[in-house]
Amino acid sequence: MEVLQETKDMTAKEQFLSHFDTQDFSFDESFSIEKREEAKKIIEDLSFPTSKDEYWKYTRTNRIVKGKYSISIPENEMELDLAIPSKNCIVLVNGYYSPELSFIESAEGILFSSLSKAKSSNEMVQKHFGSLTKKDEIFAMINTAYHQDGAVLHLGKNVQANEVYYIINLIDDDHILSNPRNFIFMEQGSNAKVVLKTINSSNTGTFTNMVTEVFVEKNAQLEINKVQDESESSFQIATEQIVQANDSTFKINTFTLSGNIVRNNLNIDSLGKNTMTYLNGLYPLKGKQHVDNHSYLLHREPNCESHELYKGILNDQSTGVFNGKVFVHREAQKTNAFQSNANIVMSDTATINSKPELEIYADDVKCSHGSTTGQLDDEALFYLRARGLSKESARAVLVNAFASDVIEQIGVEAIKDEIKQFIDDNYQGIK
Amino acid sequence: MIKIENLHASIDGNEILKGINLEVKAGEVHAIMGPNGSGKSTLANVLAGRDEYKVSEGSVIFLGEDLLDMEPEDRSRAGLFLAFQYPVEIPGVSNINFLKTAINEAREKKGLKPMSAKDFLRRVKEKSKLVELGGRLANRSVNEGFSGGEKKRNEIFQMAMLEPKLSILDETDSGLDIDALRIVANGVNELKTKDNASIVITHYQRLLDYIIPDFVHVLYKGKIVKTGPKELALELEEKGYDWIIQEQETIST
Repeated sequence: MEVLQETKDMTAKEQFLSHFDTQDFSFDESFSIEKREEAKKIIEDLSFPTSKDEYWKYTRTNRIVKGKYSISIPENEMELDLAIPSKNCIVLVNGYYSPELSFIESAEGILFSSLSKAKSSNEMVQKHFGSLTKKDEIFAMINTAYHQDGAVLHLGKNVQANEVYYIINLIDDDHILSNPRNFIFMEQGSNAKVVLKTINSSNTGTFTNMVTEVFVEKNAQLEINKVQDESESSFQIATEQIVQANDSTFKINTFTLSGNIVRNNLNIDSLGKNTMTYLNGLYPLKGKQHVDNHSYLLHREPNCESHELYKGILNDQSTGVFNGKVFVHREAQKTNAFQSNANIVMSDTATINSKPELEIYADDVKCSHGSTTGQLDDEALFYLRARGLSKESARAVLVNAFASDVIEQIGVEAIKDEIKQFIDDNYQGIK
Repeated sequence: MIKIENLHASIDGNEILKGINLEVKAGEVHAIMGPNGSGKSTLANVLAGRDEYKVSEGSVIFLGEDLLDMEPEDRSRAGLFLAFQYPVEIPGVSNINFLKTAINEAREKKGLKPMSAKDFLRRVKEKSKLVELGGRLANRSVNEGFSGGEKKRNEIFQMAMLEPKLSILDETDSGLDIDALRIVANGVNELKTKDNASIVITHYQRLLDYIIPDFVHVLYKGKIVKTGPKELALELEEKGYDWIIQEQETIST
């Protein structure tokens, strides 16, 4: 009874943090241990967001933080029938690096390795790890304090990666709580494409709290394709922190295919001049899924351009949230910033909260934002059916068309095909 | 081919069709003319299965089956084709891919194997020549950014691809210049056989210089009030609709 009493007196935060009691980080590098300790201190003064916090207004974290989780190092002999690339692929299982499932080849000027290994040898990781992580965000701080492992991609000056780099985050046990942590550093003039994918084969209320820090140096180019294939009962909070230097291009495409509650925090700090930034997202939702896409893009310097396009297809009782903010600093003259959110609501019980925001302090800029929400076009449906397409096919065709401009943004053919297939498979059957 | 008996239809509570009787046999071309608001397009849409229109009375038998009982896609698969007065632009949907899906879904219903890519492309090449569209359709979205003439030519191209038994052309001539009109009409004529039939709905006689009808019907206030040979169209062109309207009003008073 004593134990129970103690549990009752613990706050939600203490209770959640007690999950990490069993984790031992003494193996870690000293600079990283310092970061962990610092984060733990900061967490003491932070609390979990409630609906009273504007930033979290539409997404309740109660169900996420009150879950009972376990942290488990996976067994060595895992049998998988998942299609995992057999080249340039780092696989994390339940947050831990899996050497058995990963395929790493060495290439000139490219470091692709587990975070734990890179911490001991990579100068960029040692110098910059944790530097972008916001200190007022409790989930990001929890990740810094308790992250297990993750992937590091570091491209040297002017290195052009001809291959796609896959970071696969696999969840494979009951009630897994994991804090994967990734680090991407693109040196001047380098170029790469990355797939950052979560696959969840456990339908037991898992929680993945992922943080990815990204540095895109002068004239470098990076494309990230983020695919969230969670489970019906799982939770994910994913935070990406990006900085862009002069003349750099950064693109991120976010595809949320499954998950009970998924929250994306995408923060891009455009430090340099002449940067290009593309943020795209697609969230085809069903059941009681709740997906919240938050993005914050800060233009600090002149002559930058950004394009943001998020599209939602909402079925059943699903809820979508779009909150995209573009902030144009006083110095950032000649900024071109375009932001658009479009949604198709397929049922009477689905909800979308859309809030595109522009905050502009420069006077010579071209900025626009817009949000549309509607249903499938009846005229187009009838036209297709009158040519012999079944109602289901006609709907699938129109949903595909709606999603196509986001899908076209994917620079990795295999992922493009996968997303197309997902739409085909899921929208043939809807009545 | 099709037998329409005492067809009544309404939209938003307004009765538009008030007892249409019409029979079209294989090999025939029927023209339906009439002033604006007489119900011409309503007839076309009811036959194609647009569900905003409610049929309150009457029957339509198409190739021995109750047409009004069928979904729009089943009407199409059974061999009915409507060339739209205002073809819809559908961004993001490939013109060719959607036709391939349509053809193969129809084949599947008939227990046939999907058409091979080679045969399909051959058919595309052959039929697009018919409306002088060449390769311009292949990679474009359905009607997106098409001129008025291109949209109508695309309708005839789709008709050629689907090889219907009965085609209904709803004001296909509207908005066409004389060259486009001739191209469209040639396409329709080329597709004519003794086994298929067409209903040509038009406001003007000029299309009928190119597509010669076997019968001309005049639709007025939701009823066919006059039927005659192709010369009736010329008479309408010359004298307008007023004399028929007067004739009607005399009868009803």
